Amino acid sequence: MSATTIVPNAAPADEWHLPSRGRVAMFSLIIGESAIFTIFVVAYIFYIGKSLYGPTPKQVLEIPVFGTICLLSSSFVIWLAERALERNKIKLFGAFWALTLALGVIFLIDTGFEWHTLIYEKGLTISTNLFGTTFYSLVGLHATHVLFGIIGLSTVLIFTLLGKVREEHCERIQVLALYWHFVDAVWVVVFTVVYILGR
Amino acid sequence: MADQTFPIGGTLDLTPPRVAKKTFLEWMHEWVTTVDHKRIGLLYIWFSIIFLLVGGAEALALRIQLATPDSHFLSPDTYNRLFTMHGTTMVFLMGMPFLFGFANYIVPLQIGARDMAFPRLNAFSFWLTAFGGAMLYYSFIGGSGLYGVGNAPDVTWWAYAPLTSRAFSPGHGVDYWALSLIVTGIGTLGGAINIIATVLGMRCKGMTLLRMPLFAWLMLVVSGLLLITITPLTAAQVMLTIDRYLGGHFFDTQAGGSAVVWMHFFWIFGHPEVYVLVFPAFAIANEVIPVFSRKPIFGYPAMVAASVGIAFISLGVWAHHMFTVGMTSVDNTFFVLSTELVGVPTGIKIFNWLATMWGGKIRFKVPMLFLTAFLFQFLIAGLTGIILSIAPFDWQLHNSYFVIAHFHYMLVGAIVFAIFGGFYYWYPKVTGRMMSEKLGHWHFWLFLIGFHVTFDTMHFVGLMGMPRSIYNYDPSRGWGHLNMIISLGGAVQGIAVLIFAFNLIWSYYKGKEAGNDPWDAWTLEWSTSSPPPVYNYAVEPEVRSRRPLWDLKHPEDPDWSYE
Amino acid sequence: MNREWLRAPRRAAIATLSLLLFSCRAFAAGPQATPSIFAPASTPATDISHLAYFVLSVVAGIFIVVGGLLTYVVIRYRDRDAKDRREPAQIYGSNQIELAWTVIPILIVVVLFLTTARMIFAIQDAPKPPSALNVTVVGHQFWWEFRYPKLGIVTANELHVPLSSDKDPRPTYLKLLSADVVHSFWVPQLAGKTDVIPNHSNLTWIDPKHPGLYVGQCAQFCGVQHAKMLLRVYVDTPEQFAAWVKNEQKPGVQDPSVAAGRRIFETEACMNCHTIRGTAATGRFGPDLTHLMSRDTIASGAVPLNRQTLRQWIEEPDSMKPGVLMPAMKLNDQQLDELTDYLMTLK
Repeated sequence: MSATTIVPNAAPADEWHLPSRGRVAMFSLIIGESAIFTIFVVAYIFYIGKSLYGPTPKQVLEIPVFGTICLLSSSFVIWLAERALERNKIKLFGAFWALTLALGVIFLIDTGFEWHTLIYEKGLTISTNLFGTTFYSLVGLHATHVLFGIIGLSTVLIFTLLGKVREEHCERIQVLALYWHFVDAVWVVVFTVVYILGR
Repeated sequence: MADQTFPIGGTLDLTPPRVAKKTFLEWMHEWVTTVDHKRIGLLYIWFSIIFLLVGGAEALALRIQLATPDSHFLSPDTYNRLFTMHGTTMVFLMGMPFLFGFANYIVPLQIGARDMAFPRLNAFSFWLTAFGGAMLYYSFIGGSGLYGVGNAPDVTWWAYAPLTSRAFSPGHGVDYWALSLIVTGIGTLGGAINIIATVLGMRCKGMTLLRMPLFAWLMLVVSGLLLITITPLTAAQVMLTIDRYLGGHFFDTQAGGSAVVWMHFFWIFGHPEVYVLVFPAFAIANEVIPVFSRKPIFGYPAMVAASVGIAFISLGVWAHHMFTVGMTSVDNTFFVLSTELVGVPTGIKIFNWLATMWGGKIRFKVPMLFLTAFLFQFLIAGLTGIILSIAPFDWQLHNSYFVIAHFHYMLVGAIVFAIFGGFYYWYPKVTGRMMSEKLGHWHFWLFLIGFHVTFDTMHFVGLMGMPRSIYNYDPSRGWGHLNMIISLGGAVQGIAVLIFAFNLIWSYYKGKEAGNDPWDAWTLEWSTSSPPPVYNYAVEPEVRSRRPLWDLKHPEDPDWSYE
Repeated sequence: MNREWLRAPRRAAIATLSLLLFSCRAFAAGPQATPSIFAPASTPATDISHLAYFVLSVVAGIFIVVGGLLTYVVIRYRDRDAKDRREPAQIYGSNQIELAWTVIPILIVVVLFLTTARMIFAIQDAPKPPSALNVTVVGHQFWWEFRYPKLGIVTANELHVPLSSDKDPRPTYLKLLSADVVHSFWVPQLAGKTDVIPNHSNLTWIDPKHPGLYVGQCAQFCGVQHAKMLLRVYVDTPEQFAAWVKNEQKPGVQDPSVAAGRRIFETEACMNCHTIRGTAATGRFGPDLTHLMSRDTIASGAVPLNRQTLRQWIEEPDSMKPGVLMPAMKLNDQQLDELTDYLMTLK
């Protein structure tokens, strides 16, 4: 058997471009995750004001300005990190990446303090009323995603510190950054629904 | 039969593989740790065959109970558990794994790839699904905490709140049910992402989206649909679990929660899920009907557009499961319209299949027999679907045996028939041997007769006012004779499925050698050996049209001259 | 394979179909033992059955055309000559034809949609006449509670409504509530079903045109004994209905000869769940028993009511309806007899 291809090659090989499977997969994951968040957000909005007993959001919720600023600015910082890696500035990349991670962790800690106050001082738990149920589920679902993001970011940071990250990993790191951008974007929605609409 | 060595070309390395004798443990280890898309595909398919038999056995037990009025074959608890498990099993552990099995095995071969985009994710997805299935069935022993006779969920597969709350369903049956669906749901999500990435990112040279086999197209659409349908279910199950374990109130009507919200969330998943299950049947029809009619699919772009159209419309029809819930007349009217609109792209599909057969030379081998029956039954299932979309008529038919008959016409008459056709079609590729035609005929005719006896009759007990999910009915209702006929048909179907299972095993050892391309087909998977080597293609193939093997076999009249 | 292979089963199928359709159709007006949706006896059900005939004929038309085409294709284009290996003409598609079979279904959809929409509004938004009777239906796990707020009546499982006619329309409007899980109210000869959902009040209406007993049952799985959550609707002539109302409005009969049984009722746990007006028993978890003996059945329509079944029911409810929420009270034989005697007086 001769090693000819199945059909005579008409188009030159270099014209054949396919989308990156990593990006496609991440976009697919984001679509799926968006559907999950949509359901939780719809449930939250539907149950606004339907709790049979207190406390109400107006009584207990405070707007987490600091955490929000941290999380949203991290999206910009991670973009700077991506740009640095594209230009092969590994040290700069590492610095920005570590800053992103730090901002994410600060956000989580901020949420932790918020929950601590709510549970121990204001007496709102997940089983208190409909507001508690929907609030902790929605904010908790987002916080879980932040946590997964932080695990991913930390892994990359460790590799960076070990000197294993190079320019050729740009694509993979951008895919991960895509997830982080998604987590930030979701926060905008959650923030609007919980702290602005819901109050 | 085509020349056995014909379309091999450079795509195949002909050096004979080294065969080493393996111990059982080595063999097991190889299968458990495999990341090869073909093996994972087969694992999925074995998994679903097992659950097809289990779910079928459950159905037969239900039918024995219902065959006579006021029967005492099963206790009410057992009956309720069995039909809950039957529904859950058939949808999540039989239908969806079949979809992933076929997609895993065939999509990479059809698009000229060597594997799926993410082989490890692929294995992970399968094992999650398998774990979820095992967990669901473990509820039979573990449902009340490992003592007594167990406590499988008994809340129906749509599990309306608040019946699923701790107050009305103590024990762990519902927990196993919810957790198992979360776990299989994550597996499904992984599988769907993998298929999308594979189809979009792994196509061989020249295979533009509009040259992809329709099978791959439908798998792409179904995976896209899964992304946004399985996830709402996962979200709803998480809420249910929060309610049950953390004292949440999402569906707690005593604390202001809403039972209707669960219905919406469930059917936002539940209706597109029907299309998730039926698309693989379309996919198989799109391969088998053209090959056995000896004509290309009629109106390829319309078929693609219709599939995408059905997927989109299916996202806006869920509340037709809820016409009796007391929505406003305006809401009801909207969902009547959206539901009936599905009929348009569906009609296009049926007509295009008919047009594909029109003027062809139809070879009625077993796969084509099954797909012809598929067309016929899919037509009827679609028409009863139109009937059910008429909201006032649905007020009578909803939750009656008419509905059961309708969706079994879809799930068995269309989907299972197509899947059986797919088995007979691709079995030679997977094993290198043909399935027995003689046993295949027995299987087909018995199954066809059994199917019609059961499900045609079932429509009428529904019209006569028999609701679903009842373990018992009074003789005075006059449903007894028809139910006996339905149950007898069920037994005939059971025999047919056993013949099929026997055929699968028998043909593996005694079947006729198949060669690479026994059906004289046109898509890339038939250019490699049967069974295909681990790497699928020694040289990445290139295509210039939708039917690369047609081009090769008919150099005087290649498809690409018409593109 | 010869030509006959598809015909014989088809012919058999058509014969069976006609036979079965025939069996769904009731030819006598009024209540039937088999509650077929094609034996309507009330406006909503009648309207639906008319719509149903229309839809069925449209659908049958489509089936005959498309099914006929399929049959034709299967017979006409089957591969007759196994030796002739030439391929047929390769046709890739035709925009005109495909456009045609897109437009025709759209037209059919438009017709069906308009007919349906009209019917939805006609039934669902029907104006409520002042003469209408209001009944509140409360679904409980495995039984029905019926409350007539204006008449001050509470009863269970057997719904009495007045006969309605075109001259003297007396429709009954049912407000549907649930005490626990989702149920569904379905009496096929009277109206389509409407779900009975906790925390979500629903409305449906009937105007039965023939007197008699109509049967139905819960149509949404609601737990172990969903199957025996049966419904009985008695359509009474005006005189019968007036008599029934008069009797139901009275408090429970107080017959001194069965005082022992009454004492048992009031001292055992019976009174925690059941009400008998005129006694200390005001429980609301189980059916109101004030006029128990005015009913034909117990166990939500599952068992005919007589002394023997009543006694067995009190002794061991599970033996008649496994999974029922009423517990066995572990009474001795004498207590059972006395209690049964007492309940038998509650006419």
